[in-house]
Amino acid sequence: MKGVFLASVTALAMSASLVHAADDKPAVVYDQAGKFDKSFNEGVYNGVKKYTADTGQKIREFEPKNEAQVEQGLRRLAKRGYSPIVAVGYSMSAATEKVAKDFPNIHFSIIDSVIDLPNVQSIVFKEQEGSFLVGALAAMKTKTNTVGFIGAMDVPLIRKFSCGYKQGVKYIAPNDKVIVNMVGSTGAAFTDPTKGSELAKSQFSQGVDVVFAAAGGTGIGIYQAAADAGKYAIGVDSNQNYLHPGVMLTSMVKRVDQAAYNTYKTAAEGTWKPGLITLGLADNGVSWALDKYNEKQVTPEMVAKMKTIRADIISGKIQVHDYSKNGSCND
Amino acid sequence: MSQAKVPVWVNLALIPLLNISLAFLISGLVIYAIGQDPFEAAGYMLYGAFGYNEGIGYTLYYATNFIFTGLAVSVAFKAGLFNIGGEGQAYIGGLGVGLVCLALDHTMPFYVIAPLAIIGAAVFGAAWAYIPAYLQAKRGSHIVITTIMFNFIASSLMVYLMVNWLKSPDSLSLNSRTFEENAWMPYLHSLLMPLGIDIGDSPLNGAFIWALLCCVGVWLLIWHTRWGYQLRTLGTNPTAAKYAGIDTSKVTIWVMMISGALAGFVGLNEIMGVNHSLLLNFAAGYGFAGIAVALMGRNHPFGILLAAILFGALYQGGAEVAFDMPEITPDIVVVIQGLVILFSGALEHMFKDRIEGFFIRRATAAQGK
Repeated sequence: MKGVFLASVTALAMSASLVHAADDKPAVVYDQAGKFDKSFNEGVYNGVKKYTADTGQKIREFEPKNEAQVEQGLRRLAKRGYSPIVAVGYSMSAATEKVAKDFPNIHFSIIDSVIDLPNVQSIVFKEQEGSFLVGALAAMKTKTNTVGFIGAMDVPLIRKFSCGYKQGVKYIAPNDKVIVNMVGSTGAAFTDPTKGSELAKSQFSQGVDVVFAAAGGTGIGIYQAAADAGKYAIGVDSNQNYLHPGVMLTSMVKRVDQAAYNTYKTAAEGTWKPGLITLGLADNGVSWALDKYNEKQVTPEMVAKMKTIRADIISGKIQVHDYSKNGSCND
Repeated sequence: MSQAKVPVWVNLALIPLLNISLAFLISGLVIYAIGQDPFEAAGYMLYGAFGYNEGIGYTLYYATNFIFTGLAVSVAFKAGLFNIGGEGQAYIGGLGVGLVCLALDHTMPFYVIAPLAIIGAAVFGAAWAYIPAYLQAKRGSHIVITTIMFNFIASSLMVYLMVNWLKSPDSLSLNSRTFEENAWMPYLHSLLMPLGIDIGDSPLNGAFIWALLCCVGVWLLIWHTRWGYQLRTLGTNPTAAKYAGIDTSKVTIWVMMISGALAGFVGLNEIMGVNHSLLLNFAAGYGFAGIAVALMGRNHPFGILLAAILFGALYQGGAEVAFDMPEITPDIVVVIQGLVILFSGALEHMFKDRIEGFFIRRATAAQGK
């Protein structure tokens, strides 16, 4: 049995090696929230769009409908010689790992997860640093000394956000209360604005006046609820300030667009490298958004304070604890 | 009044075929309306699902899940119970499979792990169905409501277990460690390779054979045992069943547990057959689709097998269409799948009564001569 299996794997590997990875057939596989989720996936899509606009190179896109299709889609792209293939999101790591093993000549880049293979580039962000910043801003803004956090699912990636956010709040106001809620327990938690809105309303009734949404497409409902109730909300992943000017306090921007763009660019130039890429405040991989849509909400004193905190995190004067280091938030 | 009967093939073949054709016709119009070529899409769909070995493998791999959940729904339905909880039972059944594999893959050979994994799937799936069944039988809580609620509890439980206990500690992604190879359900392509049969590389695995065995098992159980008779009596007329001395609450509980066990076998296909590790969301809607499969298969194991293959083809062909015609978004594929369910499930009487009437009139006329 085992011999048979190995034989079939070798056969597969051989057939795969016949396909030359020229890295001129870029592709992307979005996660199930779809490329127009106004958040994480759309960030990647913006990078894809920009790359196509800059270079004229078309990028093959695939939006899977369920878990099985993720692997199927990756496999089919790899078989047709697409490379590099960008896999968007931690939920794809198992599928990407399997397909990458079977197609050692195809280059894969996965965002938000780490896969240790010679043909995979893992791009992760220091979400804790960006979340720390917006947490600090939330604590400066709140009048009720109570701020909220709404995450999509109780999974390590989202805990990384909430952990950084809490540290930021406590840095400014050690006695402020942080109320944490999660939307659900399936992938649908990232695409459920109705539930997001309900949770936001419940937090507002508990005294929350600034809420940070780390929930992908679910955020739309949270911002709407904040707009209806006259509270403030903080966006995530993409710069979402424009969605509700006056309501959006800021956005914790994760430059997934840049990450995707750079993957395609380096691959085309032949400088694409496997291994781990970590993007934090210092590389502008994460940041807080300040633009014409929220400049009235953020006073010059706040801006100055934020600049100091940002510099202190980069210099190491402020140590932001990373949840994924020890699987705990130390609280 | 004559005893004119509708020929069997009308009910089993003609009406489903008409329904499906109509569904595809309307789907074609939808695709035409968004400015795409419906024939091209149909071509991709058919070719993707049945046109080459690998595609067929994927079709049957999806069908395996639909057979399990379709059987699960139909067994309960035969006893008049509407089990909407296939999703959660499949999820928890997979947990059972995963725990067996994680516990034994270092020490035991495949032929020990496989039967234990089957038992694990059955026990966990059945246990998850037991609670709603008990509440229905003894407390009168409606099974539709409780099984739906148990789907949510199942997904929350899985997230909790994966995050806090089962995920491998050194990564952010929510997977358990990968099982050793002796805990993998063998792929059919690697089983058939030594025989010189090349069926292409697809996730189709040994669970498909188990699914076929389950079809036979369910058929024997429902129509060829005393217990199956009790079950059908309960489904046809609960009052009569009670009057005849059947312990209805006992039958209710057992039927639901068998239903849950069947749904739990999805875990064999997904966890042991394909993913080789525990992960989230592998149930991916198969439990809900099982309701449509059972409806379309007329609650008969053979019909369910055919309906499951049709659904497998829709999934596989649909993925192919979305892949090769990027203008047809996955949402349009969902519309097509929805139309098939609508016409073959919900609207089945649209044609049924008229066509049956036609054949009855014809038969009566023939007798009259």
